[in-house]
Amino acid sequence: MPHIVIHQEKATDLKTLVGLCPFGAIELVDGKLSISSGCRMCRNCVKRGNGVFELVEENAAEEADKTAWRGVAVIAEVEEGAVHPVTFELLGKAKELAAKVKHPVYALLIGSGVSELAPLLAEYGADEVYVYDQPEFRHFRIEPYTAAAEEFIRKVRPSAILVGGTPAGRSLAPRLAARFRTGLTADCTRLDMSETTDLDQIRPAYGGNIMAHINTRRHRPQFATVRYKIFSIPPRVNNPAARIVNGQLPPEKLASGIEILKAELKERVRGIEDAEVIVAAGRGVKKPEDLAMLQELADLLDGKLASTRALVEAGWTDARCQIGLSGRTVKPKLIITCGVSGAIQFVAGMNGSERIVAINTDPEASIFNVAHIGICGDLYKIVPELIAEIKRSRKEDNK
Amino acid sequence: MRITVCIKQVPGTSQVEIDPGTGVLKRDGVESKMNPFDLYALETALRLKQKYGGEITVVSMGPPQAQAVIREAFMMGADRGILLSDRRFGGADVLATSYTLSQGVRAAGEFDLVVCGKQTTDGDTAQVGAELAETLGIPHVTNVCFIHDADEKTLTITQDMPLHRLTAKLKLPCLITVDKRIYEPRLPSYRLMRETADREIKILTLDDLADKNPKHYGLNGSPTQVKRIFPPEKSDSQERWDGPEAESAKRLFRFLDEHKFLQKLG
Repeated sequence: MPHIVIHQEKATDLKTLVGLCPFGAIELVDGKLSISSGCRMCRNCVKRGNGVFELVEENAAEEADKTAWRGVAVIAEVEEGAVHPVTFELLGKAKELAAKVKHPVYALLIGSGVSELAPLLAEYGADEVYVYDQPEFRHFRIEPYTAAAEEFIRKVRPSAILVGGTPAGRSLAPRLAARFRTGLTADCTRLDMSETTDLDQIRPAYGGNIMAHINTRRHRPQFATVRYKIFSIPPRVNNPAARIVNGQLPPEKLASGIEILKAELKERVRGIEDAEVIVAAGRGVKKPEDLAMLQELADLLDGKLASTRALVEAGWTDARCQIGLSGRTVKPKLIITCGVSGAIQFVAGMNGSERIVAINTDPEASIFNVAHIGICGDLYKIVPELIAEIKRSRKEDNK
Repeated sequence: MRITVCIKQVPGTSQVEIDPGTGVLKRDGVESKMNPFDLYALETALRLKQKYGGEITVVSMGPPQAQAVIREAFMMGADRGILLSDRRFGGADVLATSYTLSQGVRAAGEFDLVVCGKQTTDGDTAQVGAELAETLGIPHVTNVCFIHDADEKTLTITQDMPLHRLTAKLKLPCLITVDKRIYEPRLPSYRLMRETADREIKILTLDDLADKNPKHYGLNGSPTQVKRIFPPEKSDSQERWDGPEAESAKRLFRFLDEHKFLQKLG
């Protein structure tokens, strides 16, 4: 294992050297430099310490035989009979990664009554689909799911395994990583494959203030979880030449200490606070009937319609969809404000949004101060044209 | 019921800035506190103890200063505290952390239930609970939002999943991670602070653990390595599109497409 050796004799400006560590792990003990347990091996001190800190690499004696682990696997997720779209996104990425080292792409499908979904996974890029379809997999329970995935991994030996960053994926991936005593990197936002088949994993750390590049250099398989909507869904291929392999777990491996007594399907009542996309209407909307157009845009984006206080007071919209200090605070991935001037009370309820697009005819409107994209123009011209574009593209996709 | 709660000391703020020139973190007087999610785990244990009796042990890993969060747990009602603290535990990733914790949990004696918070606010991976359960060889359930009942051998809970609310009976021993809706955490009590001021916090080093192989801990026991850290690309630039509306509409369409807002749900 690599470690850092301190050459005390070279150290002159101790204060600066202590300040080198982003994790505060360099300390002065009795006037001497010392590295505490906070060290994350980021090697910042090695790079910037003018030779005071030296990285000593030892022989990695216990390195896994990387040639014995081939392929990029995706653990598919099925909810109520449908494949979760994060699975398709991961298959797209897996294909890209596998192509760099000429490895195959595997999909692992666990569930009850899921066999018919296997060809779909092939259409999105899997060369081989391994299916465990047994009634015990009706609900996600950790022991049987881990057992099925374990059997798959021992049989196929994939080099890298991608798992969706969903509640089930974030439960299963760590369980498996611990079972194989290997590395797991959560919530990767970028992935790349190096020639050595080491997965280059980039993820935000410290609340997104820093990005970390993480490798699992000596262990296989390498686990990574990725959240929904980080990668793109790849194009679907018709009639791919894929192999489908059915597996079956023996009863003892299906046993679980978790007995499901009741499974209630949740009502999907999403408030505007939970929406990932919001279309917000302001006083630029001329009459209540016109809200239908903005609602249509919201629907096309799988989002919610919200409004300013003025429209609520006029009785055009419900108080539950009011954004602002006297309404709700929202933080969606995308908000498109239409005819909203941007009063401070409104902005306070939405300026944490990831992407703000503002449409307003007044070039001086204060909403443009917070908008990432400020569109000076008439919402009655822009929104219908945008809706038409989206519908056109969906039609082409369906051909 | 013998309950173990895993807690962690984290920086008081997540607003840590990095200097893009030097790549060095700016740390000006950052205070520490108990990971906020752990307060819910601790409260869950306290409620179970109130109802069914038993003993609560808190286990933490960190530098000697992390004793502060164990003291805080005492002030809320925890009975025993263990701090795993050793230079050789440093640089631990998820695997090494959960392995070290499992050694600490075992060192504390027999247990029926382990409760963990949903995630920490600094590491933010939400994985240690599940890896700990695997290392301890017990089942786990994440996202627990309600506790119905317990007896000597089982615990009945509700788990909140994206589409379902699952009510399940769990065989003990097991591990649960709880989310914020479970109970409102209580405030530390002044009376308990005085009563527990002298209570011992057991500090365990590697030499006190059952597995003394240093290769299983800290950096040595961590399969993942941070190759480098760097500031994120800034994306909060501002653009103005003042051209004709038809053109802006097309640009907006391309923008939505590029940022994956047009993907149809599967």
